[in-house]
Amino acid sequence: MASHDSHAGRLPGAFTSPGPSSFTDFLGSYRPELLPGGRTPPAVAAGEEIPHGTTIVAATFPGGVVLAGDRRATAGNMIAQRDIEKVFRADELSGIAIAGTAGIGLEIVRLFQVELEHYEKMEGRMLSLEGKANRLATLIRSNLGMAMQGLAVVPLFAGFDEDHGAGRIFSYDAAGGKYEEREFHSIGSGSVFARGALKKLWRPELSEEDTALACLHALYDAADDDSATGGPDMIRRIYPMVASVTADGFRRLSDDEAGGLSQTVVDARYQAPGGPAAPLR
Amino acid sequence: MSMPFYVSPDQQMKDRADYARKGIARGRSVVVLQYDDGILFVADNPSRALHKVSEIYDRIAFAAVGKYNEFENLRLVGVRYADVNGYMYDRSDVTSRGLANFYAQMLGTIFTDQNKPYEVELVVAEVGEDAATDQIYRLTFDGSVADEHGFVAMGGQAEAVAEALKERYRDGLGLAEALRAGVHALEQQDADRHLDAKALEVAVLDRNREHRLFRRLTSSRIEQLLTEAAGEGPSEEGAEESAEDGGTGGAESTEGAGEAGGADGGDGGDGAGGTEAPKGT
Repeated sequence: MASHDSHAGRLPGAFTSPGPSSFTDFLGSYRPELLPGGRTPPAVAAGEEIPHGTTIVAATFPGGVVLAGDRRATAGNMIAQRDIEKVFRADELSGIAIAGTAGIGLEIVRLFQVELEHYEKMEGRMLSLEGKANRLATLIRSNLGMAMQGLAVVPLFAGFDEDHGAGRIFSYDAAGGKYEEREFHSIGSGSVFARGALKKLWRPELSEEDTALACLHALYDAADDDSATGGPDMIRRIYPMVASVTADGFRRLSDDEAGGLSQTVVDARYQAPGGPAAPLR
Repeated sequence: MSMPFYVSPDQQMKDRADYARKGIARGRSVVVLQYDDGILFVADNPSRALHKVSEIYDRIAFAAVGKYNEFENLRLVGVRYADVNGYMYDRSDVTSRGLANFYAQMLGTIFTDQNKPYEVELVVAEVGEDAATDQIYRLTFDGSVADEHGFVAMGGQAEAVAEALKERYRDGLGLAEALRAGVHALEQQDADRHLDAKALEVAVLDRNREHRLFRRLTSSRIEQLLTEAAGEGPSEEGAEESAEDGGTGGAESTEGAGEAGGADGGDGGDGAGGTEAPKGT
């Protein structure tokens, strides 16, 4: 192939040269400026005026995993957007959600989605869940320079592992450290409150719907105590985004479903503002 | 110093074209046809590992005949082209017309500039909202592009196959009937050739799916569709063919069940199948 690289019409050689099945690596050789890692971090730390995404939760259930996020983006004390989407389909069997600098996070999600699909098409097989999680770690690590200047992004990655027949959750730090989480996890500014709630609410035998409900309770608790996390907006009908991944694939709950569950949470809070009580003994 | 013999450009191009045509005619055929829900690809290809039909993008697929390493190269380049454009702009900005032009330039340049032309013929197909907006482009080794409607047959005994397809094809066929028509046409490559599910590579671009519309059909599904079509077929042939299916059905249904247990058809790497190159030399 190398012999006709320079002649192949208007094709740059990068297209025809043999190379890895990774889209990021290819883009790095063709248009490096399009990669998040290819930029020089700003000399001074970015302020709070750039929108940030907030709380994400994930919890497993028998045969799958639920991923949910609130809909608020904040810039300092301002609400930058009240219906931002922070939970995405990564591929047929996995989902990704982001907290931190929204702009860079959305770009990394887009790149990650193409990365997984590109590999699948080039190789004719899907990456293993572990392989996908490792690729994501590399993408996050490439953003370390930006993270040091206050533009950090941390994703939560969850998917169905065909080899184990179960849902799995992976969390990351800004340096690209990958950590597998058992049972449930949360990230973002309200994550402390959300995780506390999930500790009391989550049980291994919960169904898909009940797991989603537990996640919505956790997000409600996060919104209750963290000003950067948005609760369900019953007036504008903006509800937290909930997705589940099972052997049947990634499924985003419709607005009706998420709205119904949110209504259940809100109704319950009229009786007990602190949410469902766990038995003491 | 010896002078090379003078060969007129006319003769040179003719020789190259003859060379490429011979190479393509040695292989086995592929047919592409529109059916009511999209576009169907049927290849006479027993290999589960080396594909003649592949996914390029959400609504775009690729079918090829000729020399495997050459069209595989074109496929990889096409996937890169599509993914880069989809990432730089938007997913809706990747079109079959752009891809067909891209391939045309590449093939044209290779045909005129290189000693050996590519021995390939391609179809780039994009499924639209309805049959009228489906696009099928056929590209030949010299970079010429033809805009096709209804059906295309290429490779091997392409004329005989196209002739047979013309008789049975009509607009708005169902999937089973379209598959039956395609398989019948492929069986006209040789006298008394019978193709069963295992000898076929079948894929569809189904406009009713979500996200990525390309799907391969498993052998058990192909088997089922062929049986279904034989039942509904014209009376005199229907009887003959259902008898034929009955005869071999026992052995094949066990095979089909085994395949159905696996992942999406053909994605598993079947090492043994790989030794059988699609180009039947």
